[in-house]
Amino acid sequence: MSGARGSLLSVEHLTMRFGGLVAVDDLSFDAPAERITALIGPNGAGKTTVFNCLTGFYQPTAGRMTLRHPRRGDFLLERMEGYAIPAQAGVARTFQNIRLFPGMSVLENLLVAQHNALMRASGYTVGALLGIGHFGTAERRAVDHARYWIDRVGLIDRADADAGSLPYGAQRQLEIVRAMCTEPVLLCLDEPAAGLNARESAALNELLMFIRDEHKVTLLLIEHDMRVVMEISDHVVVLDYGCKISDGTPASVRNDPAVIRAYLGEDEDEAQEAPTQP
Amino acid sequence: MNAPQTSAFDFSRALKEAGLIAGAVVLLAIGLVGFRTVDVPGGIGLITRFDDVVAAAVLAFVGRLGIALLRANRPRPVLGVSLAFAIALTALLVHGALSETASAAQRLLPFASTVVNWVIAIVAWILAARAARLVWHAASDMSADDREARMDRLGARVQEWARFVGPVLLGIAIMLPFLPWTDRRLLDIGILVVTYIMLGWGLNIVVGLAGLLDLGYVAFYAVGAYSYALIAAHFDLGFWICLPLAGIMASFAGVLLGFPVLRLRGDYLAIVTLGFGEMVRIILINWYTFTKGPDGLSGIPRPSFFGLPFTRDPPEGVESFHSFFGLEYSSIDRIVFLYYVILALALVTNLFTLRIRKLPVGRAWEALREDETACRSLGVHPRNTKLTAFALGAMFGGIGGSFFATRQGFISPESFTFIESAIILAIVVLGGMGSQIGVVFAAILLIGLPEFFRDLNQYRMLAFGLAMVAIMVWRPRGLLAHREPTVRLSDHPPPSGGVQPAPRQ
Repeated sequence: MSGARGSLLSVEHLTMRFGGLVAVDDLSFDAPAERITALIGPNGAGKTTVFNCLTGFYQPTAGRMTLRHPRRGDFLLERMEGYAIPAQAGVARTFQNIRLFPGMSVLENLLVAQHNALMRASGYTVGALLGIGHFGTAERRAVDHARYWIDRVGLIDRADADAGSLPYGAQRQLEIVRAMCTEPVLLCLDEPAAGLNARESAALNELLMFIRDEHKVTLLLIEHDMRVVMEISDHVVVLDYGCKISDGTPASVRNDPAVIRAYLGEDEDEAQEAPTQP
Repeated sequence: MNAPQTSAFDFSRALKEAGLIAGAVVLLAIGLVGFRTVDVPGGIGLITRFDDVVAAAVLAFVGRLGIALLRANRPRPVLGVSLAFAIALTALLVHGALSETASAAQRLLPFASTVVNWVIAIVAWILAARAARLVWHAASDMSADDREARMDRLGARVQEWARFVGPVLLGIAIMLPFLPWTDRRLLDIGILVVTYIMLGWGLNIVVGLAGLLDLGYVAFYAVGAYSYALIAAHFDLGFWICLPLAGIMASFAGVLLGFPVLRLRGDYLAIVTLGFGEMVRIILINWYTFTKGPDGLSGIPRPSFFGLPFTRDPPEGVESFHSFFGLEYSSIDRIVFLYYVILALALVTNLFTLRIRKLPVGRAWEALREDETACRSLGVHPRNTKLTAFALGAMFGGIGGSFFATRQGFISPESFTFIESAIILAIVVLGGMGSQIGVVFAAILLIGLPEFFRDLNQYRMLAFGLAMVAIMVWRPRGLLAHREPTVRLSDHPPPSGGVQPAPRQ
């Protein structure tokens, strides 16, 4: 994937209305391939709505979202059903409030993420029930794949424990690697650093950069924690009231007067520290 | 007077609480117990039993006070009173049971009914035992969480035992027809219990694994039963061919219902399935030309043993089971055979469920139960996955239904009322959702015991209710609510040299 620069995801004129409320208004931006793009903005700016449109939870009112899969061709996400977006287009996501399968073990969580591959290997259940096919090897491979990611987040010792019994920070990381187990090309993270302490936040940054660099996955993240945003993102898109107000490198966005105004009102003196908010 | 940790006991509050309970009992009992209609010459008469109402209220008052005292860690007065009461009551009851004539002492008993008196005596003994434990072992300050954790550990241990208990139970089940004290009645109860175990296992797929609350499971049971009866009547096919057909028909009904309905969640789904159950029953009642309506279908063919019927005088040219094996004709042969048929069907259901739980589709069901939104974000097709659960659960319901039809030889819509769905669901929920062995225990508890106590006919449902309340109080998550992971990392050792498989990309 050497020459695959350019953008992996192009959002054009995306609009989402809920009745009279315009949550996202004519938003266009690109997410460069194998880069980390951060989507920031004050509360209620429409960031999560963009995610929900991208991952098929909402049907956008208007607009086009093109995903250029490096191996499978182009997908128009607004035309796909919710479950097909991760399965076919390779878009995975995490949630603002963690959504693990709390009663299932860590390993099982990661195996559910490989559901579609395993279903094919099990001959849609019929084969595996009758003992035809090579479900055993496929399952072993899936477990190895899961083990790789469990090891990456240091949960090998807790692999058979219930996911719900893990500490908060570990649950956040587990949700991210669970999304990675679907083998995505675009990973959308909704506030991955929310509620993490400084050390966990640093570990998260490391994990995200590892995913970008080693697995060549494009990341799109919503984040309020400016330490995370400024440290790891390559590209920042700023939303306010559903509109894009700034778009560029972290440094340029940080000094954009429109951004400062959106976060702080008119007072520009406190621009540097204010956007940092847990 | 007891341990120093005895906190200040708010006596007036306990009294008020007990008074409240006694008042509630009076309100309830005045209608239910206080008046009774009796047949008198020329019509119906009303007798009053206010003494029973008073007795119930006093018992509730004292019992509640006792519990409050136990909670406040003051077991001694409770122990004294409840032990004395229990001994006195038991002595009176035993005395009454031994002597044929009613003595004056009998009038001291709180109620006229012996069964109710025994229940009260047992409750008194339990209260005494708890108080005694508190007296001798200092009160354990177990929080609700601790208790929950302990119960989960207990569940885990029982799950471990299940590996041994399961085969033992299976052995007993297989041996049952040959045990010396087994009679026709016990076998009939056995068939009934195993039928409900099978239905419980079938519903467990839907409710326990996939987490879809299905209140209309009996509809599939009915579809299976009627499919068998109608196919057998119209096409002259035997039981063994109709059995899978009935299963397919029922799972088809499941898919048919599932398509429009499975986008609903939780309570809404429950209501729609409840409606579906009633719809099927009402269709069966009203479509007279097809189902014979409330008259029911009779003359449903009995199953044969590889073509050998269980009849005394088989028709010309057909050899019957007893003459083929050179046995004396015995009507119980057929019952034994039916027992083994349903046992085999139940075992197939169980093995199927155990296996499919470890397959990706089974894991997807459980994941859907845990979080449907997360499932969608991982590319699991929610509707198709739910549909498979629904269809498979329905299939086992249908197979159970066709067994029911062949056992009874007669079916009518009356057999498929909502209470059946409720009982099957109760078995699954009480057993602990998703627990296979829990279903067995719950079915024995809810079906077997009440059947045994059929002589006490009117108290049967009382026992049912008591069992439900007791389990809901002590094990709200079911008897054996403990989940074992379907796959363990420790069972899959790393390929070689630690964790180093390169990422697939």
